[in-house]
Amino acid sequence: MNLPYRPIALGLIAVAFSALLFQRAQAGGSHYFAPVNDAVVKEECGSCHLAFPPSMLPASSWQRMMADLKNHFGDDASVDAATAAHITDYLVANAGDTGGRRYGDKLLRGSSTTKAPLRITELSRWLREHREVPAWEWQHKDVRSKANCVACHAAAERGYYDD
Amino acid sequence: MSNRNTEEAIMNARKNRLLLAVTLALARVTAVAAPRDDLLAGYAAAAKKTDPAFAGFSATRGEAFHRNSFAGGKAATPTCTSCHAKDPRTAGQTPAGKAIDPLAVSVSPGRYTDPAKVEKWFKRNCNEVLGRECTPQEKGDWLSFMLSQ
Ligand code: HEC
Ligand code: HEC
Ligand code: HEC
Repeated sequence: MNLPYRPIALGLIAVAFSALLFQRAQAGGSHYFAPVNDAVVKEECGSCHLAFPPSMLPASSWQRMMADLKNHFGDDASVDAATAAHITDYLVANAGDTGGRRYGDKLLRGSSTTKAPLRITELSRWLREHREVPAWEWQHKDVRSKANCVACHAAAERGYYDD
Repeated sequence: MSNRNTEEAIMNARKNRLLLAVTLALARVTAVAAPRDDLLAGYAAAAKKTDPAFAGFSATRGEAFHRNSFAGGKAATPTCTSCHAKDPRTAGQTPAGKAIDPLAVSVSPGRYTDPAKVEKWFKRNCNEVLGRECTPQEKGDWLSFMLSQ
């Protein structure tokens, strides 16, 4: 019997490699935050800005935010009661200290989960990751706001924040 | 004889299928147009109630409204074009930097087919820009402009 060793070995390496990649994606790599995969949340929370991944804030933050959508950072983001309940359930279930813990750990480390911070861009970990971004970059006309993640992280809609 | 009959049957089946396809296509077009017509009809009825002299909507007035600057709303967003593009066939951008698809139906055929969505944004955006809700006349004019583009 003459086994084709080389192809088998190459195949094994390929399998091992993709398993590694898969594991990284599963564990969240270090820059992956599962994007919103609920159509209602995407529609209602993704028109004015990126639909932020629920794992970037703790459950208490989402509860606090959803309780006053009429005064949402100066905007009226209110929706009817049934829609609000649906969105709250989704955000709370996938928050950084509940279902989305394996992603959220990276941004929530060092932040209190009970103080219900409303801004991702004020978490101490987020500030640290961005301390080297120069002021002119934040003011660039294509950026406009710190909350405009997509301007700098081109793959943010898909959950990646590593470029 | 059976050959001729079969041929005729096939021809008839073809004609029927064509007819069905045309009907379905038409039905699809009206299904998209209907919510827009209903919206306009609703605004017209409401406008008539407040103004007996109401004489229909004008896309030209809607265009002027779209570009006008108002003083009653937020200082940062005095006009519809603070977020939407002046030319409704091109994309706009929110203050938080997110792109907004064009408003003209010729470029965004899916627009204005969900009345609840249209009303939700009229309410939010008119408050933002004018500091009050838009009147039925203003909504109808504006919508007529977007439908004409
Ligand atoms: C009508 C527009 C609008 C809608 C709809 C909206 N938001 Fe916002 N949101 C804003 C604005 C404006 C800001 C402030 C952005 C800035 O600082 O540039 C903001 C900021 C945020 C922030 C903080 C971003 C930061 O700086 O870290 C979060 C989180 C957020 N929104 C979540 C939501 C959720 C959840 C929903 C859906 C229920 C939602 N938003 C719907 C307008 C909106
Ligand atoms: C002005 C550009 C800019 C904006 C806007 C921006 N970032 Fe960043 N971000 C950066 C840079 C530069 C880095 C550091 C890059 C690196 O280390 O790979 C970074 C790093 C990060 C990291 C760490 C990734 C890593 O490589 O460890 C995360 C997570 C992140 N950003 C999330 C966000 C989120 C969420 C938003 C929106 C709320 C945002 N960023 C908005 C420029 C930006
Ligand atoms: C602060 C930014 C902002 C301003 C100012 C603004 N809009 Fe909008 N508008 C949006 C956003 C965001 C959406 C939702 C995103 C989308 O539909 O693509 C939207 C959507 C709409 C829709 C719903 C379209 C649909 O597909 O159903 C209408 C109607 C509308 N705007 C009308 C107006 C009018 C009229 C004005 C001026 C009085 C105005 N907007 C000013 C941000 C704005």
